[in-house]
Amino acid sequence: MRFHFFEWKEGLLISLAAIRANKARSLLTMLGIVIGICSVALMATAINGIDKAFVEGISSLGADNLNIDKYAWFSNEDFFLMRNRKSITIEQFERFQKLAKLPVAVAPTILSVHKVLYGDNYIEGTLMTGTTDGYVRTTNFNFSRGRFFSALESSGARNVAVLGSEVASHLFERQDPLSQEVKIDGIPFRVVGVLEKQGSNLLGNFNPDNQVYMPIGAVFKYFRRARDTVTIVVRARNTQMLAATREEAIGMMRRVRGLLYNEKDDFSINEQEGLTANYNQVVGVIKLVGLFITGLSLLVGAIGIMNIMFVSVKERTKEIGIRKAIGAKKRTIMGQFLTEAALICLIGGLVGLLLAVALSMVINKFLPTSVQMNTVLLAISISLFTGIISGLAPAWTAAKMNPVEALRYE
Amino acid sequence: MNIINLENITKVYQVGSEEVHALDGVSLKIDRNEYVAIMGPSGSGKSTLMNILGCLDTPTDGKYDLNKTDVSGMSDNELAEVRNREIGFVFQTFNLLPRATSFHNVELPLIYAGIGSARRRELAEKALASVGLKERMLHKPNELSGGQRQRVAVARALVIGPSIILADEPTGNLDSKTGEDIMALFHEIYKQGNTIILVTHEEYIANHAKRIIRLLDGKIASDERVAEHMVPGRQEK
Repeated sequence: MRFHFFEWKEGLLISLAAIRANKARSLLTMLGIVIGICSVALMATAINGIDKAFVEGISSLGADNLNIDKYAWFSNEDFFLMRNRKSITIEQFERFQKLAKLPVAVAPTILSVHKVLYGDNYIEGTLMTGTTDGYVRTTNFNFSRGRFFSALESSGARNVAVLGSEVASHLFERQDPLSQEVKIDGIPFRVVGVLEKQGSNLLGNFNPDNQVYMPIGAVFKYFRRARDTVTIVVRARNTQMLAATREEAIGMMRRVRGLLYNEKDDFSINEQEGLTANYNQVVGVIKLVGLFITGLSLLVGAIGIMNIMFVSVKERTKEIGIRKAIGAKKRTIMGQFLTEAALICLIGGLVGLLLAVALSMVINKFLPTSVQMNTVLLAISISLFTGIISGLAPAWTAAKMNPVEALRYE
Repeated sequence: MNIINLENITKVYQVGSEEVHALDGVSLKIDRNEYVAIMGPSGSGKSTLMNILGCLDTPTDGKYDLNKTDVSGMSDNELAEVRNREIGFVFQTFNLLPRATSFHNVELPLIYAGIGSARRRELAEKALASVGLKERMLHKPNELSGGQRQRVAVARALVIGPSIILADEPTGNLDSKTGEDIMALFHEIYKQGNTIILVTHEEYIANHAKRIIRLLDGKIASDERVAEHMVPGRQEK
């Protein structure tokens, strides 16, 4: 089959002329595609943004960390069985620390929620993490001011605190927080360090930016009871070492907890992977539903195109008859109408994309979003594809018209 | 040498539960450079015959050789190619594309034939010049008179150098003076060696041809040579 570029060019010129000749109609039809593509592109952008925020947030927690805890974060195990487990104590942590050889850093943590106050500024419900000086080596923290608390401050359970960036900026506004005293539930703590902005809002209170860190001894002294359980944070040397580190941790914890060979673990090893799996499960559903719903609006647009193309074919029956009489083949007629539908969709798609870029700049204020290259390509190919699919039936109707009847049509 | 050879052509339409024989065993031979008029009252089958001769429609039965090629069993796309290369249509209602210029209308068959742009321009300009409309090349049909529109249609029919020119009531929408001009144009085209088939119901127009075929009830009623055919511009009205 021969194909000539100018045959297609002829189709393109006809399409442009047809779109121009019916401006209002073409614009209204395009609007459906504009809205459809815009919402699909925005949805894709928002999903990218959420993913990016999650990955950033998760990595601020440390990618190669294990958390030995009384409770499993994500599991189907009976909560009441876990509840009956014995607490993990500081003494158990110390024995574990001596036994475990593979981790680069280990630290006990305990959480507590309190009001933090400085002068007239305060934050209710701030998450406190009580831990040891070793904790900082399980994280990727950077400090904008000061340092993490020292081994001496840790073992001495001194009233010192390290503030997350949000906490610091809220309490101190423009003042330098270093060496100032904040009141945590009325108890004075001296600020020794302020973190740089690390995390992501997606993590909520668990975002290090919204937390306060202090020696674990101080937490037990003022806020928690001695029998409350601690979580042991274990940092593996790298991702490859994670599995071996986990195996060692299980073995050592069993020894520390004095378990017999036939007893089940009475602790859980929690990993980010669990968090990621959980995230993917929940957000995956949201993504699918979101894309499906936005896809529906595109479908409505496509139906609009199909409708208008049928009208266009009907209106131009005579023209189709003339073209066929002087030698236009099926594929020529088909190409002409497909080009028209694709062109309407492509123009609509590009406008929709521009709109999406503009809107994503607004959304960017809440979520770190930007329209990615792959979203652009996706939107353009979707709009072309939509045009061709919705133009197919009308174009075929035109192509298979009987020239005698088409010529007779008035 | 026969350019058209119809053998026992029938065309049957199904109207409701009834079969209508629009053409009932028509056999016909037309030579190169003939000027033939096909006449007949409405319902005689002359439109059907024209559609089959023009490869717009295929016969139910029978054989049709056009320029030594059997076209009776061809597919739609093959017929489109034959129409493009072998047949130049001139219609009663001109059938020009309303939004395209004269030039583009004349150029269109060449586009479908796959001819490059430089050669297209040359051929289309030549065809428009031959009907005396070279200076109206960039006008659209609604900027032209009826006679001029029909001239553009004739240029479009001629541009690719077809085997036959098929004219269906070419003067039906024109006043008699303009009609006469168009008939003069056909005469000229005929004298240049083209084959012309004229479908009409007007005796006066048919008399311009050299041979008149009369149809009645789907059959050829008569087929006679015109000894003294009219030469346009010479006779008085």
